[in-house]
Amino acid sequence: MLDSWYELVSALLPFQWVDHTFMKNALLAVLLATPLFGILSTMVVSSRMAFFSDSLGHGAFTGIAIGMLVGGLSPLWGIILFSIAFAVLITLIKHKSKTAPDTIIGVFASTAVALGLVIMSFGGGFNKFSSYLIGDLLSIAPLEIIMLLGVFVGVILLWLLIFNKLLIISINPSLAASRGINTLLIEILFSSALAVVVAMTIQWVGLLIINSLLVLPAAAARNITSNVRQYHFASVCFAVFSGITGLILSYYLNSATGPTIVLVASLLFFTTFALRSRFIR
Amino acid sequence: MTSKGKHNCEKDENACQRLCCTKIENFNVSVGKTQILKDVNIHIHCGELTAVIGANGAGKSTLLKAILGEVAHTGSLKYFDAKGARSGHPCIGYVPQYLNFDLSTPTSVLDLFMASLTNLPSWLMSSQTIRTRVTQSLEKVKAEHLIDRRLGALSGGELQRILLALALEPIPDLLLLDEPVSGIDQNGLELFYDIVSELREKFDLSIILVSHDLALVEKYADRVILLNGRVICNGTPEQVFADEQTRKTFGMPAANGQNAAKEHASARERLEL
Repeated sequence: MLDSWYELVSALLPFQWVDHTFMKNALLAVLLATPLFGILSTMVVSSRMAFFSDSLGHGAFTGIAIGMLVGGLSPLWGIILFSIAFAVLITLIKHKSKTAPDTIIGVFASTAVALGLVIMSFGGGFNKFSSYLIGDLLSIAPLEIIMLLGVFVGVILLWLLIFNKLLIISINPSLAASRGINTLLIEILFSSALAVVVAMTIQWVGLLIINSLLVLPAAAARNITSNVRQYHFASVCFAVFSGITGLILSYYLNSATGPTIVLVASLLFFTTFALRSRFIR
Repeated sequence: MTSKGKHNCEKDENACQRLCCTKIENFNVSVGKTQILKDVNIHIHCGELTAVIGANGAGKSTLLKAILGEVAHTGSLKYFDAKGARSGHPCIGYVPQYLNFDLSTPTSVLDLFMASLTNLPSWLMSSQTIRTRVTQSLEKVKAEHLIDRRLGALSGGELQRILLALALEPIPDLLLLDEPVSGIDQNGLELFYDIVSELREKFDLSIILVSHDLALVEKYADRVILLNGRVICNGTPEQVFADEQTRKTFGMPAANGQNAAKEHASARERLEL
């Protein structure tokens, strides 16, 4: 399925770390997933949704458990469907009620995790689920990469359509509404896209750190940019750079891939934070 | 507004004198069991600046949100143009209080306009055509030099003008201005209102201004509405400021109402407390 990719990598990158097929797969997954993290994180940070995106990981966790319980449904589809439902529900309730958003998210995230844990404990052991906590990028299968490619295309198309509106909403929701923007619809689309990306990647990156990939690239980019084009460009570059560097480092250090990627991204954040006064007037 | 029992300063409200007007009829807003606005009727002629004043919690911002359609309400909002050629829901321009903005965001003035005015992906591209268009728009409010400035690097007054320019794209039938309580220096405020006055004449705009600054209201408004859950008083600035209800709301001494400026200044101080 991915033979031409394997040949391409072997021809272009004559390094030891890409000799293995699982590394070639992981590299492709990183190249597809990290730009998405870079793009989506711009609005996660601008709309102050870091806590929301964190809760999506918890929603996905419950999705895994429900997927297992129902059976017949592959875990991935269970995660995707449940995550979307979870994200849409939170967004709807956030819109309709006057309760502070962080309270609503807190309620949902803890409910979801508790539900997930209860379901998982039916079988008697959590061990088979522990891989979802840390994730394993090297276990990625070719079919999942093809699905990720589909998600990649979908998110880019969605971003072309809704980014302008999302930007206005993040600046001031009333202003957005006065310009005829359907704020609820746009927010639902955005949170669903986040949910799908989280659901797709949680088994490789892990529940514990998936949120950092939705926060760090843009947080670092904000330190050194002053318009949305620079913001996106920097955020995507940081995400891709962290992804590839982390992948290579983890191979040679024999460390877990996801956390290594996150550490590289954190390093970028602190570096840009220290340098921010040179870039922003 | 001509209904009996209400404290009205003016009775002549039936016809659109200039034939171009916006009518807010029977606005009622309830949140839970609390009625915030009751039977609010406001009638605005094109080219007029109507100021809405009132104490905190009088429903001023709720009125704006109801007009914008953000808050559920009963009653109707209708626009009639001068030739009778078009009527219906007005095209609304809104200048929010800049204090509610997230100003740390890496977004330039150009980005804000591009995202508001076009469907072209502002995260991917920019074009000379759009730049020219935005520059023209900013010239209306004397802010063309700010086009590449980050939103967070603008002063309160500058951002207010930029939001005004944005609200004028396209030229609205009804312009809503939500005046911040503080944060803009006096020069900035006067420049802003001078521009508003100029644009009002040039484009024959109907304007509703929610204001906390009675001195500015007196200087720039054609008509003043005192709101407290319902329209308490409605008339010219002289009429409304002379009214005993207004004087009570803003704690002005119940005097003859002619030595206004001084009292308004003291009323403003009280408002800010």
